[in-house]
Amino acid sequence: MDFLKDPLKVAADWLLGIFSGWGMPDLWAQVLIGFLGIFILVALLMVLDIFLVWIERKVVSRFQSRIGPNRLGPFGLIQPFADIIKLLIKEDTTPEGADRTLYNLAPILSMMSVLILWAVVPLAPSILGVDLNIGVLYIIAAGAIGTLSIIMAGWSSNNKYSLIGAFREAAVMLSFEIPMLTVMLIPTIFAGSMGIGAITQAQDTWNFFLAPLAAVIFLIAAIAELGRSPFDMGEAESELVSGYNIEYSGMKFGMFYAGELLHAFTFGGFWAILFFGGYRFFGLEQVSAFLAIAILFFKAFIGYWIIMWVKYTLLRIRIDHMLAFNWKFLTPVAFVLLMTTALMNALLADASNWLYIGGMFLSNILVAWISLEVARSASRWERERVEGTGYAARRTE
Amino acid sequence: MTVDQIIFLVIAAGTLIAAFRVVTTGNLIHAAFWLIAALFGVAAIFAILHASFLAVVQVVVYIGAISMLFIFAVMLTRKDMRDQGPQLNRNWGFGAFLAALAFAGLVFLVHGWSGVAKTASAFPSDFDAVGALGNALVSPDAYVLPFEVASVLLVAALIGAVYVAYNRK
Amino acid sequence: MSSWVYIGLFLLVGLIIPVGAIVAAWVLAPKKSNPIKQTTYECGIETVGDSWVQFKAQYYIFALVFLIFDVETVFLFPWAVKLNSLGMFAVIEGIVFILILIVGLVYTWRKGMLEWV
Repeated sequence: MDFLKDPLKVAADWLLGIFSGWGMPDLWAQVLIGFLGIFILVALLMVLDIFLVWIERKVVSRFQSRIGPNRLGPFGLIQPFADIIKLLIKEDTTPEGADRTLYNLAPILSMMSVLILWAVVPLAPSILGVDLNIGVLYIIAAGAIGTLSIIMAGWSSNNKYSLIGAFREAAVMLSFEIPMLTVMLIPTIFAGSMGIGAITQAQDTWNFFLAPLAAVIFLIAAIAELGRSPFDMGEAESELVSGYNIEYSGMKFGMFYAGELLHAFTFGGFWAILFFGGYRFFGLEQVSAFLAIAILFFKAFIGYWIIMWVKYTLLRIRIDHMLAFNWKFLTPVAFVLLMTTALMNALLADASNWLYIGGMFLSNILVAWISLEVARSASRWERERVEGTGYAARRTE
Repeated sequence: MTVDQIIFLVIAAGTLIAAFRVVTTGNLIHAAFWLIAALFGVAAIFAILHASFLAVVQVVVYIGAISMLFIFAVMLTRKDMRDQGPQLNRNWGFGAFLAALAFAGLVFLVHGWSGVAKTASAFPSDFDAVGALGNALVSPDAYVLPFEVASVLLVAALIGAVYVAYNRK
Repeated sequence: MSSWVYIGLFLLVGLIIPVGAIVAAWVLAPKKSNPIKQTTYECGIETVGDSWVQFKAQYYIFALVFLIFDVETVFLFPWAVKLNSLGMFAVIEGIVFILILIVGLVYTWRKGMLEWV
């Protein structure tokens, strides 16, 4: 029974017994066990990543009324392994005049920035990962390394397309970090802690019901951070061919590609953790750690599916529209929402639970409605100004 | 020597080497990346000191924002980013003298301070550093005014930057 | 043991696995390079001029605005952590803090610095 509740501790104790038996000092044994545990986790993530390739291809083909990979194995399940073999034995070329050190470092950093995100993911009540008390900022810090890797790849390739792609992508990633950071403050306020584990445990009511608008803003900002359509400025196929990773081939390109897929899945997971209770599901998570992990992954896959749904539905937005949307709409709305939430949280501190949830939910809806109305009238004003009709045109004459 | 000390020495040496490379490398973008490495080393030192919040803020603000600003600035100002200008100017001797003097002064000061040989008392296991920081920032009897003034300072920086950029058009 | 040890281990493993994959590919892949293969890609045309060109100032402005707001939100995190226990006074303070920065955003906006020209 213990093993089902807390498999990590049982395994760690068992290994500690073995290592101590070999006469290893306690500290070294613990570090070694930590290393092994992390290695196994990351290796499992890479296996998951392989299947994400298959899932992504299957889902996109469904969106486009195709069948997708279906030749190799049942439902084309062996296809991703064939892809890997192809990546492994493909010749790796380095463009002339490239900055070799940075060129080789970029795909490694890109993959690493995604893998280290999993350090703070609470998988189950007994497996909180590294329960840092600044977990929310850690996510942003890992994202900073990701941005860095894109700039590195774009600059070192000695290619104009890749440089332009990298700079656009970096500008978009930087810009959308502001609304993302701002809405991340909202779960922090509710939980009274920046720790991801504490945020999960504080969600007796899912944060989504307390802050639906924050969840939506987080999803939009996350898609922009991922550089996925409609924000895929970095690799705009139709204009920049492939953007920052254009010169990469073989496994180095594979690292960017796999990193992007795992990144999308990871942010689906963070969306679930911050706004949908993470591994929690009506007490089911207490039954077994494995069940809790399954719940978390189920929610993460739903988040990932929504990200894919957006990607394959919407067209790419022009970069000036994208940045204007961020700075002139999303950022002000996120700040107003933060102020409203802080105020409502203090006003309703003594209210009953239902009143609190209702007040929070309605205030979010109100902020969303008002901001959409303001945006609507602003765009009508702009349209009339450009077309030369209506009040706006008469005033500027 | 304890394991902690060895880890500290390795990270500190790496930080110093990176910082040295920032000023010796001829390629501006390489200098920017070496600077990022040095800043990352500082973040690691914060982490060793159990200053988790500072460590992460170091990465978010310095690596995530300021170094990006540097890279964009290099892109903006240099036609050729492999610019190979002279590494030293006429005043390098005086600069080196000032640096040595400042270092000697620091060594003297730290040597004279009684706290240098003491071991700092460990934090209690349930110590909430971020919470304490939050309390300090917003309690009326602590740092409320500096907290608000910081906001004004940031706005002043923003307006100043916008003004300079605006006039250049 | 500090939890940062595990973060350090994560960084280490996060480096080892992609390096391992790339080294494996380097061992397995053929190496038949020639000058044509190594030219930079530009839709079949030869590259004109240097790739490392000067960029427009707008990127810099956005990075600058981003930096200011980044620092601001980082300031707000300790505030958010303690908000529940500090009461109305802290809420008002935070709102004043944010409003002052929104003034900065509005100024930047009015000056047309948020346009991608």
